[in-house]
Parts: sequence; C-alpha cells; structure tokens
Amino acid sequence: MRILETQNLTREFGGVIAVNDVSFKVEQGLVTGLIGPNGAGKTTLFNQITGMDKPTSGKVIFDGKDITGLPAWKISRLGIARTFQNIRLYKDLTAVENVMLGLHFKVGTDPFRNRFVQAIKSYMFANSENMDMYGMAMEWLAFFDISNSAQEYARNLPYGTQRELEIARALAAEPKLLFLDEPAAGMNPAETAHLMSVIEKIRSLGVSVVLIEHDMKLVMNICDQITVLNFGMKIAEGTPNSIKSNKDVIEAYLGREEI
Amino acid sequence: MLNFFQLILIYAGVYAIMAIGQNCITGYTGMLSLCHAGFFCVGSYATAIICKVLGFSFWLSLPVAAIISGVIGFLIGVPTLRLKGDYLCIATLGLGEIIRNVATNLNPVGISQIPRVELFGYVFMSRNKWAFIILIWAFVLIFYLLFQRLLHSRIGRAMTAVREDEVAAASNGIDVTKYKIVSFVLGAAVGGIAGCFQTAYTLTVSPASYTFMVSVMVLCTVVLGGMGNGKAVILGAVIIQFISYFPQLTGLTNVIPAQAKQMIFGLILVVMMVWRPQGILGRDKFRYGCEKKRLFGKKKEGAV
Repeated sequence: MRILETQNLTREFGGVIAVNDVSFKVEQGLVTGLIGPNGAGKTTLFNQITGMDKPTSGKVIFDGKDITGLPAWKISRLGIARTFQNIRLYKDLTAVENVMLGLHFKVGTDPFRNRFVQAIKSYMFANSENMDMYGMAMEWLAFFDISNSAQEYARNLPYGTQRELEIARALAAEPKLLFLDEPAAGMNPAETAHLMSVIEKIRSLGVSVVLIEHDMKLVMNICDQITVLNFGMKIAEGTPNSIKSNKDVIEAYLGREEI
Repeated sequence: MLNFFQLILIYAGVYAIMAIGQNCITGYTGMLSLCHAGFFCVGSYATAIICKVLGFSFWLSLPVAAIISGVIGFLIGVPTLRLKGDYLCIATLGLGEIIRNVATNLNPVGISQIPRVELFGYVFMSRNKWAFIILIWAFVLIFYLLFQRLLHSRIGRAMTAVREDEVAAASNGIDVTKYKIVSFVLGAAVGGIAGCFQTAYTLTVSPASYTFMVSVMVLCTVVLGGMGNGKAVILGAVIIQFISYFPQLTGLTNVIPAQAKQMIFGLILVVMMVWRPQGILGRDKFRYGCEKKRLFGKKKEGAV
C-alpha cells in the first residue's frame, strides 16, 4: 500500500528549480532512502511534503488525502513527523520536556470537544495531565535507552543523544510516516551502528520511514527502496542492488568517464 | 521616608502585575513587544470611566478592563504577530503610541476625582497606604500563581516551544500563530488589570502618564529579573521601582536629576543583555517528574 505520493512536485526559488517534477512514492511499512549529491533538492523535497514550504506546482497525497500546501502543524497532526538536518531541539528545555512537546497533540486534544473547553480543562488539570505526559515521555526515552538523561537540558547532551532525542520527540506523536533528515551526519561509526539498530526498531513499530543520508553503508544496509535525486530531478528508483549498478547514479556521484 | 517606601511598594506591585503580563509575552513565547503602556492606559481608563462616568463598582472594572485590553491585543495581534523580532517590536511600539494619542485627543486633561475603591464596606483611602499594599500584592500573588500554572501546563509548554524554535514547534503539531495570539492576549489582559490598580490608587488618569517610557520600564523589569521566571519579574519590579524612586527615598532630589533613571534603565538593558541575558534569577528550573521530595535524591543520580 502506498502511504505517500508526490505528483509532479516542483519548487522554484526565483530562477533556480530546486525540485523539478518529482514523483516520489513511499510504501507503507518500508524504509525508503532518498539520496543524491549535495544540492540535489532532498531537503527541499522534505520541506514541501511536511509543509515547511509550499510547492510551486504539483501535489502531495498522504494516506489518500491531498495535503498540498497545508500548514506544517496540520500535516504533523495528520501523522507525518520529521527531524531536521541541523538538530532542532528545544535547547533550554530538558530531554523529557522535549518529548512531552512531541506528545503535545496526543494528550488533551479531542477533536469532538470544543477547543476552548479543552484549553480550560488542560489548564485546570495541568498536574494530572503533566503526570500522564511525563509517563508517556519517559517510555519513549526508555525506548531509545536515554532515560537517564531525562532531566538534562537538551543543549548539554552529547551529539548522538541529541539526534536520538530528536527522533524520540518525533516518534512520540505516533506518526504513520517519519522523515529523518541526515540522521547519521556527524556520527562516528559506533554511533551510526547504534542508529541503524534504532531505525530497525522504528520499522518494527510499523512506522514507515523516509531517510535522507549520505552514509552509503547505512543506506544500502537498511533501506528497502531508494530514490535518487540529482539537480532536483529524480534519476533512479528501486532496490539497493539495482541502485548500486545504475549507470546514471554512478555518473551523478562520480562523474562521467572520459574516453 | 516610610511614605516613599510605601509608595515604592505600591508601584512595585502595579509594575509587578504588568511585568507578569509582559513576561507571558516576552518570557514565555519570546515575542519582543513594547506596548504595555498602551494596555496599562486602556485598563486605567476602563476603571476611570466605569467608576466615574457609569457609576459602577471598581471590581466590575477589573474583568471589563481585562476583556477590553485582551480584545485590543487580539485585534492588533492577528495581523502583527506574524512579524518577527524587531518588526514586531516596532509594530507594537506604534500601537502603544496610538492608544496614548487617542486618549490625549479625546481628553488631554484626563479624568480626575474617581470614586474610591470599596471592599465589604471598607473604603481604601489614599493616605492609608498599607491597605493598598495588601490589596495590590494580593493580586500580584494571584496572578503569579495563575501564570506559574499556565507555564507548567500543556499550553504554557507549547508557548515555550514557540520561543525556543518555531519551526520545530510547527513540526510537533503546535499552531505557532495561535499560541502567539493566546499569549499576547493574556499578557495584554493582565496589563489592563494593572492599569485598574494604578487608577484605584491615584484616583486620576492623565494620558501624559502612559508614555513609551512605561513600556520600556516594564520590558526592563522582565529582562532584569529573568525572562520566563515569575518570581524573577516580581523581584525585577521591586528593584526597578527602588531605582526610580531612589532620589526621593534618599532625599537627593536636588543632586540627582529626574532623567537619571531613564539613563539607568537603558544601561540596565544593555548590561544585562551583554553579561547576563538570562536575568538575575535566570530561567525557571522546573523538572517534570521530580517535583517535591524526589528533587534531591534523583537529581544527583541524573547529574553524573
């Protein structure tokens, strides 16, 4: 089953076409890799899908619904979570508070209730609501084995833990689809190996994952499907093995052979 | 001497209420707004008009002032809160001046001889300052508790997230604009209530007293105490009032010019921004899950 599909998505910045007519598909429950040289438009594509930016033309279909141009907060409530290339944690809050913010719309927002009544209720019963959210947040931290950093400020955490915390915060919203933007950037081999096991764990939760990554070992080992972008255009799509031997992909990464 | 000391406590209370409102806007949600004098003015006039012209009780004017200030905050917030940083600051600065000019044009002299506040048959006389101190500081305590609770609720946490990182907040399903407006409206409403108490004490309102300086003083109070920390802004209010009444308190009015306090406030803002941007007390260190007793036992384990 297809959970996400972009149809002829295009984003122009002035004269630069950052994403050019990309039709990108994500199958439910699989890990999809999005690779390409620097400046290929991978993050721009992420931003179009998650509502951080509006596409110039084209459509984004998520779970059968057209979500093109919706604001980011609505899209995340529909079930798309993401992390960022340069970590965007709430640095002056503790790790557990970060995850509690990931749970923001999971607790106390009942679509059938009046929003004003809901707000008053979550103010009146702030303590019990906090306890619930704290409990759930601690479970997510335990899922990533970082529960002993729960009371640390996010800015004081080691780099690898910050990356994991950001993933924990995104996962706390129980999304159907998770976007990871270069999760292994700046990690050492041991941290990358750990990250790989984390992604495996996320897959076992039944969450579909899309990941941008430059670490080819990680991508080839973990992805079920790979899409390759170059200069804003999709140049290849398929299983890791077919991508490895694809002529266009090799050319995009290594350049053309001079004869 | 005691007289001035009491006066300082009264004004510190009024400014503490305003600073709690400003703290909600600047400290919780991180918006730089400079129009608290405007809301202060709206609240003062609400009390003046309701008590003097319409003849209702002072206590009715509190919710009315809060609602009017809140509505003005909402109307100005919807178009301007999409602006960021300096631009929002300029837009709100304009609002503060507009409110003051409207008040000046309606009646440049202001309203005087406003009826005194009455509570269960007790009349608050201006000469009995202790009664005012108790009245105002009781409300400081109430607003402090209300806004502390707000900070540690789901709503307040979302406001904090907006301050920390708007993009990340949106990715967590937080409607950034909505929370900015909510925070601005609440801050404005509290600013209006502070105006009611000002009128209750002075029994006159004059448009000349709601200048831009008042907004700066309130912002200065929040920055000095510590943004986002309820206790700190109250402390800031007391310090700021002591500084501004220092010449009268020490009897040095002939030596220290009245303008000196404006220079000192400017200096405080610059010095604090450079050396201690988090304020005297810094941010509120609230750790979920280890409130009360566990605070000591658990914190040490985690700190390793």
